[in-house]
Amino acid sequence: MTDNRPSRRSFLNYVLGGGVLATLGSIVYPAFRFITPPPSGEANVSQLKLPFKRADIEADPQKAKTFKFGRTMGIIIVSDAGELKALSAVCTHLDCTVQHRRDLGILWCACHNGRYDLDGKNISGPPPRPLEKFVVNEVGEDIFVSREGV
Amino acid sequence: MKAQGNMFGSLTLTRARQMPSSAECYARLLFVMLIVLLPVWSYASDDNCLTCHKDWEDDTGPSHLITRDIHFQNGFSCSDCHGGDAALDDMDDVRKSTGYRGVPNHLQVPDFCARCHSDAAYMRSHNPSLPTDQLDKYKTSVHGQRLFGQRDVKVANCVSCHSVHQIGDGKLPHSSTYPANVPVTCARCHADKQYMAEYNISTSQFDDFKQSVHGIALLQRNDLGAPACNDCHSNHGAAPPGHESLAAVCGNCHVFQMELYDKSPHKAAFAENDFPMCETCHSNHKIEKPQDSMVGTSDNAVCANCHSADDGTRAFGVADTLSSGLGRLVNARSQAKSVLDEAMAKGMLTTNEEFMLGEADQALIQARTAVHAFGTVEFMTKAEIGLAKADTVRVNSKALIDDYYFRRKGLAIATLFITIVAIGLYLKIRRLG
Amino acid sequence: MSHSTDSKTGLASRGYTWLDQRFKISALVDYMGHKVVPVHGHSIFYYLGGITLFLFIVQVVTGILLLMYYRPGADSAYESVRFIVSEVTFGWLIRALHSWSANLMILFAFLHMFTVYFTHAYRKPRELTWLSGVGLLALGLGFGFSGYLLPWNELAFFATRVGTGMVGAIPVIGDQLLIIARGGEDVTGATIGRFFGLHVAILPALFTVMLSVHLIFVQRQGMSEPLEWQGKPESEKKYQKFFPNFLYRDLLVWLVALNALALLAVLFPDGVGAIHWPLGTKADPFAPPPLVIRPEWYFMFAFQALKMLPAHVLFVEGELFGIILFTIGGLIWALVPFLDRKSQANQRSRLFFWFIIAMTILGYILE
Repeated sequence: MTDNRPSRRSFLNYVLGGGVLATLGSIVYPAFRFITPPPSGEANVSQLKLPFKRADIEADPQKAKTFKFGRTMGIIIVSDAGELKALSAVCTHLDCTVQHRRDLGILWCACHNGRYDLDGKNISGPPPRPLEKFVVNEVGEDIFVSREGV
Repeated sequence: MKAQGNMFGSLTLTRARQMPSSAECYARLLFVMLIVLLPVWSYASDDNCLTCHKDWEDDTGPSHLITRDIHFQNGFSCSDCHGGDAALDDMDDVRKSTGYRGVPNHLQVPDFCARCHSDAAYMRSHNPSLPTDQLDKYKTSVHGQRLFGQRDVKVANCVSCHSVHQIGDGKLPHSSTYPANVPVTCARCHADKQYMAEYNISTSQFDDFKQSVHGIALLQRNDLGAPACNDCHSNHGAAPPGHESLAAVCGNCHVFQMELYDKSPHKAAFAENDFPMCETCHSNHKIEKPQDSMVGTSDNAVCANCHSADDGTRAFGVADTLSSGLGRLVNARSQAKSVLDEAMAKGMLTTNEEFMLGEADQALIQARTAVHAFGTVEFMTKAEIGLAKADTVRVNSKALIDDYYFRRKGLAIATLFITIVAIGLYLKIRRLG
Repeated sequence: MSHSTDSKTGLASRGYTWLDQRFKISALVDYMGHKVVPVHGHSIFYYLGGITLFLFIVQVVTGILLLMYYRPGADSAYESVRFIVSEVTFGWLIRALHSWSANLMILFAFLHMFTVYFTHAYRKPRELTWLSGVGLLALGLGFGFSGYLLPWNELAFFATRVGTGMVGAIPVIGDQLLIIARGGEDVTGATIGRFFGLHVAILPALFTVMLSVHLIFVQRQGMSEPLEWQGKPESEKKYQKFFPNFLYRDLLVWLVALNALALLAVLFPDGVGAIHWPLGTKADPFAPPPLVIRPEWYFMFAFQALKMLPAHVLFVEGELFGIILFTIGGLIWALVPFLDRKSQANQRSRLFFWFIIAMTILGYILE
């Protein structure tokens, strides 16, 4: 029995040591994964960097692209003068998504023919309120969209 | 003794009667004039019509109602429409005065109003933005034609809709021509079975409209974007839109549906058979929310009203594709929603997936709109997008649910490790005694 | 202590010698080696302080991790917490651990305090230990109150508004105190700023100092012996060595606490029952208050008691009266070692304990 004692003790020590290491691992692993940043890097609060460039917008037949902004949809267009304009894409009538109509020079809602000018003002049809305007900043190739008043 | 200097001096007995001074004389004259002429003065105002009529009309009389009238609010009064000399206070004199027009009868009303409202130069000096074609339009309407043609005193004239002495700006909610009030205004005659008996037209329009999507939107939700009677029938030129123009009328708002329809085989077919376009499938007043079951080859589908499997057209094949496509899309969407709901119920954060589900719903709306091409190409394009989005939602939600179980597995593993250490420690403690 | 000659301990003893030559730690280590812990029926209470300490360590670690992503400010706080919980890997876990550990730490602090109270361990020579402990509790409650606002959600906003509003009831200086507490007239982004500064800088600094003082006192004086041992002969008193016997037991308890914490964080990340902290909706100062405004459970007794006071007591406004009562009560509680002359169970003093329990329970029932 005296023979077994040292080996049982060291077995216990090994098991204990292994267990401690494993426990430490199950603490350190999540912490390490936590501090590794996720793809979006930071909370997109009231400013968003668009996942495409000006060239992509210009390549679109209607020279417009939609994007997710917080919980809602936004639309960014290139006006005839080459200016970037971004607005909320949610129609103020019944929440359909508006689109850019270059032939009419307006933002148009297909659901009930609601029309907005390029500054978001509701000019014809059912929409009761204008579209919210966003602020656009171009830094090099990147486009940043943010809420007004920020 | 000096005269006591007061106003009533000349009327009260004073101890000494003396001749008044000239100042006092004028004061007394003025006083007499005021006492005598004041009542006369009150009746000798600019607008005797109003003053007299107000006295012996009750609250429902024109002179009381007129404060709500837009003409009165803009400076017009009784004589501006009815003519006559407003300064006179005797009715007989008024009737004999020049320019007196009196009360027009039912048939005379349109011309009565048009005296100003069709005079472009006159209207320009009062309200340049108002149109002046009401009488012209009215003459093309069913009401106008019957009034001028058959001298029908039952049809609507200007005052039937606008009221007589309370004509309100149609943009204001109390006006009878405010969009949300228009259906009631028209229904005053058109829903009255006895009144309409001799005209052989239905009187169910108002009831039907109230149950329709437009009626519910306008009357219950106060959505002024929804059409009232005049938006489809015109107001002054009121007449049912012709069969060949229905798509244009509906297409004023439902643009895509009209464009697709115009390029579809139905346009020519309906025109040939004189079918009333949109109304054929959707009805005119009782337009209810369209159901997917309207499309298809089953007996209760609208398509089956005209088409059959061997009618020589591709119709049934297309209808089948459309209905099965819609069915697949709706199924995919509800499957995605149930997986999403499960993820939400498990406490996972699902805002991104909810957003994407909204996009799938948009695609479904577009697919349903694309049905109006009555072909498969446009429909399938939209349906594919919707199916893809719904699939993404389902996959992402499933990933969230998997994460939920992963957490519990991770917990189990960590618990295992900790338990091993705990047992080891416990044994060590026991060994130490 | 076991003496083993394998290479592991050889390395350890070489390291020990290295340190001893520079810092003369052998005297200290020897002293620590003689530390003993009384063994008796209520020994189990000795672990409560350690559990509280363990939970505090968890708070510090998870708090530092959360700091990497949290952004204070009315426009970013809520979104950053949402970001942590939904997009950061294991973010949900770190946040859940932080929330659970916060609540459990306060719970165990109370338990620790009450067991010390009922065993009269605060008596001479441990008066200052008691005082520093009360100070630690106050700082802990400050941590809880300031941290609660940081997610800037509806729950937190209204609870903070009510909580800070009470400061305004203090006469003369109340209004000024309110403005200082809130960073303005109302709870705004400015409030987040100061609460954040409190929560991650000021309170941790103060807490560290107070905790060090508290622990040094405990180490210096050892564990308090039960009252029943007064007058007992040495032979009848049982002790166990701190190193390694009690330490191993303490570690075991900490392991169990860690596991319990992990279980709660994974299975109930948003809390359980009435103790609930879902992220919910973002705070909207213009929205009407929700039907139920609840403070954290450890403030519930004060909240409920204040609600039950009449609008006026004599000539004093009800709220103010309540605040005065609580302040006096707190002072008495803090000074208990100096007030409790006889170290015997005093029937009157159970009042505090049962008052807190009753008010907490009432608060949840009547809600």
